[in-house]
Amino acid sequence: MVFAVDWAGVAQQVVAGLSSGGIYAILAVAFVLIYRATGVVNFAQGELAMFSTFVAWTLTQHGFGYWPAFVVTVLASFAGGIALERVVIRPVEKASVLTIAIVTIGLFFIVNGAAFWIWSPEVKSMPNAFSTRPIRIAGVAFSISDLGIIGVSLLAVLVLWLFFRFTKLGLAMRAAALNPESSRLTGIRVSWTIALGWGLATALGAVAGLMAAPPLGSFDQNFMQPILLYAFAGAVLGGIDSALGAVIGSLVLGVFLNLLGTYVSWVGTDLRQAAALAVILGVLLVRPAGLLGTTAVRRV
Amino acid sequence: MPLLELRGVAARYGGLQALRGIDLSVDEGEIVAVLGANGAGKTTTLRAISATVKTSGDLVFAGERLPRRPEAVARTGIAHVPEGRGTFTQLSVDENLRLGAHVRRDRAGVKADYDRTLQRFPILAERRGQAAGTLSGGEQQQLALARALMQRPRLLLLDEPSLGLAPRVVADFFAVIAELNEQEGLSVLVVEQNASLALASSARAYVLEVGRVAVAGASAELQRHESVRRSYLGY
Amino acid sequence: MSRVLRVATGVVIAAAAVALVLVLPHWLSDAKAAELARAGCFFIAIIGLNLVTGYTGQISLGQGALMAVGAYTTAILTADHGFRDLWTIPLAGLVAMAAGFAVGLPARRLSGLYLALATFAFAVAMPALLKRFSSLTGGSQGINLFDQALNRSTGALGHVHVLGRTVATNDFLFYLTWGIGLVLAGAAWLLVRGRIGRAFRAVRDSEVAAASAGINTGFYKTLAFGISGFYAGVGGSLFVLASNWFVSPSTFGFDKSLLLIVGAVVGGLGSLAGMALGALFIQFVPDWAANLSNAPGAPSVFFGAAIVLVMILLPGGLGGLLRRLTEPLTRRL
Repeated sequence: MVFAVDWAGVAQQVVAGLSSGGIYAILAVAFVLIYRATGVVNFAQGELAMFSTFVAWTLTQHGFGYWPAFVVTVLASFAGGIALERVVIRPVEKASVLTIAIVTIGLFFIVNGAAFWIWSPEVKSMPNAFSTRPIRIAGVAFSISDLGIIGVSLLAVLVLWLFFRFTKLGLAMRAAALNPESSRLTGIRVSWTIALGWGLATALGAVAGLMAAPPLGSFDQNFMQPILLYAFAGAVLGGIDSALGAVIGSLVLGVFLNLLGTYVSWVGTDLRQAAALAVILGVLLVRPAGLLGTTAVRRV
Repeated sequence: MPLLELRGVAARYGGLQALRGIDLSVDEGEIVAVLGANGAGKTTTLRAISATVKTSGDLVFAGERLPRRPEAVARTGIAHVPEGRGTFTQLSVDENLRLGAHVRRDRAGVKADYDRTLQRFPILAERRGQAAGTLSGGEQQQLALARALMQRPRLLLLDEPSLGLAPRVVADFFAVIAELNEQEGLSVLVVEQNASLALASSARAYVLEVGRVAVAGASAELQRHESVRRSYLGY
Repeated sequence: MSRVLRVATGVVIAAAAVALVLVLPHWLSDAKAAELARAGCFFIAIIGLNLVTGYTGQISLGQGALMAVGAYTTAILTADHGFRDLWTIPLAGLVAMAAGFAVGLPARRLSGLYLALATFAFAVAMPALLKRFSSLTGGSQGINLFDQALNRSTGALGHVHVLGRTVATNDFLFYLTWGIGLVLAGAAWLLVRGRIGRAFRAVRDSEVAAASAGINTGFYKTLAFGISGFYAGVGGSLFVLASNWFVSPSTFGFDKSLLLIVGAVVGGLGSLAGMALGALFIQFVPDWAANLSNAPGAPSVFFGAAIVLVMILLPGGLGGLLRRLTEPLTRRL
């Protein structure tokens, strides 16, 4: 039997998978950022991203183009994240990690509810970020939207990496996350680095939401929840220890889920989510540190 | 007027009273030692200064009351090298040094100090890109000192620098301190278990006992008095 | 406070609680009794959650899924196998306990975020699993025991005859849930004060230290999950009875697990009285929020705000507040 593979089709699906994976990656990095800086599991990460997306949507309904709305929303989300941390998280920053996690659960309810309250439950649709025309590369048709999303995702991650590696503030934030006590002795205002971390995470969430919404066609206030699930799965797969692991894991997961959905006919949306759950459980059972993570050395 | 003055300073950890009202001072350009047994309150004294513990009493630096938050204390010109050195083990040597200068705004000055630091501590220059945690104990102590110096402090607080280090390494370390003190007028308040070493390296010393100053005076005097040495310093 | 005094206070509080449970239904409307009965189910589940998360330090986002195991055990045994509903309660507890062990065994190697994610995945997967094995579980339709009059000890709309007296159904459910709740709370109280409880706390405070002291941390972590499973199972089983004898996969979605952990922490981990308060919180505050406004999403906002406010103002939870309020009283004794 002649084994003919539709390489063009595979390439298209890989790119589409990287596009979804890119969105998961941004959200995963946002989540990991807060977790590594403060040890807090931010349950509200997805809902905040959703809220930002709705704000952007409102702007587009009032004459803003997609990209102007994008810029305004990301900046506003950055400020909003800082404000949120100062108002809601700071009062409990000395409490146990579990207490703070419960506060983020409360935040989840508030933000989700507020989104339903402010905007009606009927579905919305977002103008396209990129052209919907296909582009031919090496004779294969790819979606410009997919390539655009991949580009934006990689750019966001790159900018973040540059920030943390090469700027004074980024270094201070890394130091504060690693050793808050020593950081204070060096003059770093650890409390503000945490606020900044929340600002960045919320801004990243906004980027993720804004990339995710247009391709969906129509979305409602719950649209980020499955994406958050995939982001968790990607982060676990790559290793929650590092942002790089979260990114690579998310990209791999995106491709995997897409290929699964395309080539295994009985896998529908429901089963995509089940597959993600299976990945989470599987990785945690076999190799909790993920593909790239190192098993943490526990300090006695 | 002394550079640093503590009057009636008390501090507690939860239910435990660690300092019960101590009076201490450091003059500009002086090296002062704080001695005593374990649990006497030596580390707590430094922590009181750098505001990493809650205190009551007067803490005055360069004529002004010291702020009660560590980040703010660092900005007044005090560098605290804590017990265990407080190195950022997962960051590189270079990054540790850059963090030392966090409070400074003079880019050119920082660059100059950075170069000078690498000259003064060649081993750090050699291991610039390595993770700080991979350095040996002695090298990490150098790094901790170098990082504190990058702050260009007026007062250096050292907590048990000799801990876990070979005598030769410790001697070199104190030689560097002495040099910094002579050449740049750096004031130093050093907490030490190794009393003889500390007395040999300092101008004055305070001996603490259960959170109070038991004996204070010129280091040379304290070294000579056998009764003091026997009762408080164990040799 | 001296030990004798402390025990005496404990006995007094326990007696007061029992008396309260016995007497309260006289002043309650039928509807309120039903709601309190459901709160009682949460109370039991939250005690279990407190044991595994509060005392052993293992975060569990899957308590709702374990409740589902208990609930479906009761539903299936009663509907398909003709068991008497009340007798399925301990069975539900045991089955859920087994499920708890099944979760706890692999989970003992995980901690912190990893454990949270694993139990989260378990909780999210449960409704999907329930839908998938529809031949057993009735699929998305769920299982309805309303018609199983023969197997139910509780009359549909009427009264229950128990111990020679006639009691309104919802009152009976109230007694049942809170009665079992108090008994199980007492059992938990004993457990916590005994060797197992000390081992749990040792694992929570420092696993490394506990291991060096010869405590088999893996065993105790698994045990904690198992015990919490038992409590969840009993709670879930009672919940079926208290929710018009109906259960479906969406009854115990991830949101229930989330609600339970909120109840446990808001109640104040480490305080049994707090667990009751936490259960009342998650039962009644959402309703109160819905009464404030029924604009879409508004109840959620108020509920979330209530959670945030309680955590900011009372880091020790409601139980912590209770302790602070009663301290001046006990100190004066």
